[in-house]
Amino acid sequence: MDQPKSAERPVLSLEDASKSFGAVRALQGVSLALFAGEAHALAGENGAGKSTLIKVLAGVHRPDAGRVLVDGEPVTFHGPSDARDAGIAVIYQEPTLFPDLTVAENIFMGRQPRRSFGRVDHRSVRDATQALIERLGVDLDPGQLCRGLSIADQQLVEIAKALSFDARVLIMDEPTAALTGAEVARLFGVVRTLREQGTAVLFISHRLEEIFALCQRVTTLRDGRLISSDPVDGLTEDDLVRRMVGRDLDELYPKQPARIGETALAVRRLTREGVFTDVSFDVRRGEIVALAGLVGAGRSEVVRAVFGVDRADAGDVHVAGNKLPAGSPTAAMAAGVALVPEDRRQQGLVMELSIERNIGLTGLDRLGRGGLVRRTLERGRAADWAVRLQLKYNRLSDPVGVLSGGNQQKVVLAKWLATEPGVLIVDEPTRGIDIGTKAEVHRLLSSLAAEGLAVLMVSSDLPEVLAMADRVLVMHEGRITAELPRALATEESVMAAATGRTAGGEKAA
Amino acid sequence: MSTKSDLSRFLRWDVAVGILLVAVFATGAGTTEGFATTGNLSFALNDIAEVAIIALPMTLLVVAGEIDLSVASMLGLASAVSGKLWESGWAFETIVPVVLAIGVLGGLLNGWLVTRVGLPSLAVTIGTLTLYRGLASVALGSNAVTDFPETYARWTSDTNTVLGILPYPFALFIVLAAVTGVVLHATGFGRSLFATGAQEEAAYFSGIRVKRIKLLLFVLTGLLSAFAGIVFTLRYGSARADNGQGFEMLVIASVLLGGVDFDGGKGTLGGAIAGVLLIGLLKNLLILNDVANEVQVIVTGLLLVASVLTPRVIAAALERRHRRAAAAV
Repeated sequence: MDQPKSAERPVLSLEDASKSFGAVRALQGVSLALFAGEAHALAGENGAGKSTLIKVLAGVHRPDAGRVLVDGEPVTFHGPSDARDAGIAVIYQEPTLFPDLTVAENIFMGRQPRRSFGRVDHRSVRDATQALIERLGVDLDPGQLCRGLSIADQQLVEIAKALSFDARVLIMDEPTAALTGAEVARLFGVVRTLREQGTAVLFISHRLEEIFALCQRVTTLRDGRLISSDPVDGLTEDDLVRRMVGRDLDELYPKQPARIGETALAVRRLTREGVFTDVSFDVRRGEIVALAGLVGAGRSEVVRAVFGVDRADAGDVHVAGNKLPAGSPTAAMAAGVALVPEDRRQQGLVMELSIERNIGLTGLDRLGRGGLVRRTLERGRAADWAVRLQLKYNRLSDPVGVLSGGNQQKVVLAKWLATEPGVLIVDEPTRGIDIGTKAEVHRLLSSLAAEGLAVLMVSSDLPEVLAMADRVLVMHEGRITAELPRALATEESVMAAATGRTAGGEKAA
Repeated sequence: MSTKSDLSRFLRWDVAVGILLVAVFATGAGTTEGFATTGNLSFALNDIAEVAIIALPMTLLVVAGEIDLSVASMLGLASAVSGKLWESGWAFETIVPVVLAIGVLGGLLNGWLVTRVGLPSLAVTIGTLTLYRGLASVALGSNAVTDFPETYARWTSDTNTVLGILPYPFALFIVLAAVTGVVLHATGFGRSLFATGAQEEAAYFSGIRVKRIKLLLFVLTGLLSAFAGIVFTLRYGSARADNGQGFEMLVIASVLLGGVDFDGGKGTLGGAIAGVLLIGLLKNLLILNDVANEVQVIVTGLLLVASVLTPRVIAAALERRHRRAAAAV
């Protein structure tokens, strides 16, 4: 089983490649072979060297040592366009389309078929696009503007664009991070179609179940080194995790039993027109309540309104018995509510500011007297939390943007935990972070709840929801459709409620 | 990342402007007769006082990611209204609070349009730039009112100095600058400004009252612009509707030249002050060397372009390095 396609030559391969950036050795002697018709997963924690490897294959970086081979021939890419001409296409997590151009115009940007006098031949652009879309077996209108397309649809446009370049190798860098379950299924359908048509696929994802669902082979990197490259058949998730982190994870989802106390957060008939309707629930001290549902069901919008960054049209939020004024994050903070938002880079952190300034941002009135900020207090607050959350950083004065995703998320947690909240709301707390940090976040949430914190967690990660939550609220199209106690929450019951089928759980009031 | 890129962050633009300032001073002293005299320096400092005073709140605004182009028009409006009221026989002690109130109202209008209506400050204040100047003309027409009381006019003269060199308006600027520096760099409010300018949404999600802060800054800018209008009027002993025309460019050039990022979130007050002084010294040197007024305008324009362009070029270079390093992690 070691070389299943030994008769074949790999379409694209990397031999003993190394790449350093200053003192950082991002890749050390890594080899990888991609075969036609095979989906190959690249696994590893953040910082393992996956991005660098992709960039080497995509012609963005040149390896310091080692070779890139196309069809067995050594090649040198002088830039991304060389790689593209060799039939290598990269789909990034966040598509880079022109929002004001149509699907067809985006695909043929800069190389539209021409008619006389250099006029663009719109008809053949359209027809060619239609043909590509049909090849993918999806439903997209070539004439539609890209503005307003979902991330999933934009990725399909990117894939169609790759096909239009006759790509034989499709590299996908965490394409599923922002997709819903149904969108992931559709994307996988497309990838399987392409694979059957003979495309080689390199797939990066933090979600292990996706690797097992889609790929035939998995290569694991750790600290820039190749750990293993095996067929997926015969591997277990535990095997893969062990290879990625280099140690056994005692438990990915450590849930401590907690004593459930009095009601900390009470939401009553909260409504924001056109977004969510009549949402009521309680979260008690010591309890972790998950808000599950499909992307777009209105979960993030509910917690935003609870925290006050959006103003609800009707309904109340009570914290420890006191009603919060609507639309005031400042008042919510004063009442002891903290929100770790969904979008870390836009909402959670000021990327240009340092770690200590970001952590200090939620306590500016506590860092000194008379409005002044004492730097020792500011630094102390950051240092305390950096230690408690095992933040990996160089200096507290470094801009937070240089940290890895998982460590950035720790800074967001730190800045909110430093406010000593009574109610902690976390929106997709582990999205896009590596598996080791993910376990740390789970352990942290669990022990915070055990200390009596009320935790409200929005998550699209179903295993996370099922493992962490004492109670699961499921939303569908802006309404709570089920409230499931831990014992009754299963993948089936949650998904049934999330997709609008009647669930086994009782309806919320 | 590496120590080296941090070092380059310390060798910052604002420090470079400070060094340039010293170099220009030394060059001026060496080449231009009568430059490095107490009398001339007092004159030069006094000559830049209004621009310097307005540059203080402007720095806060730009750090918070906004801008106010209507400051010079507010200066003119303040001057015109002072003149009109003085001509109508009002006591100067009554005129001052009324004019300052007009500055507050003008700032409120700017801030309201930006924070509540949600318009971009560049567009709003281009509008109010014309509006306030127009109101100034309505108030005073093309007249000039000149006979202001000596008691107050004396206060703004460059021959009446503190410590032998600092004219009162500039001394006042120093006091205001010290306060502004503490506010920007050592208070929670200052921290909020940087966060707001760098990433408004994240600041808002951190419980910072972004809109209220911006409104406050516009009001402060209007107030100090009106105050600068009174100083200007007294200093020239002449209230005119077109006083201070084009000063907004000098103010903004100073602030940007001092390394405050036009996109917000970055900059130091020290840099902005160095920028003001640099522009003041250059202006003075050009006058002493009998350079035509048009050329002075061209120099200001070039400095403005250079001040916006150069940090961009440097930032782009740093960014490239930073990105290469970041790609490695």
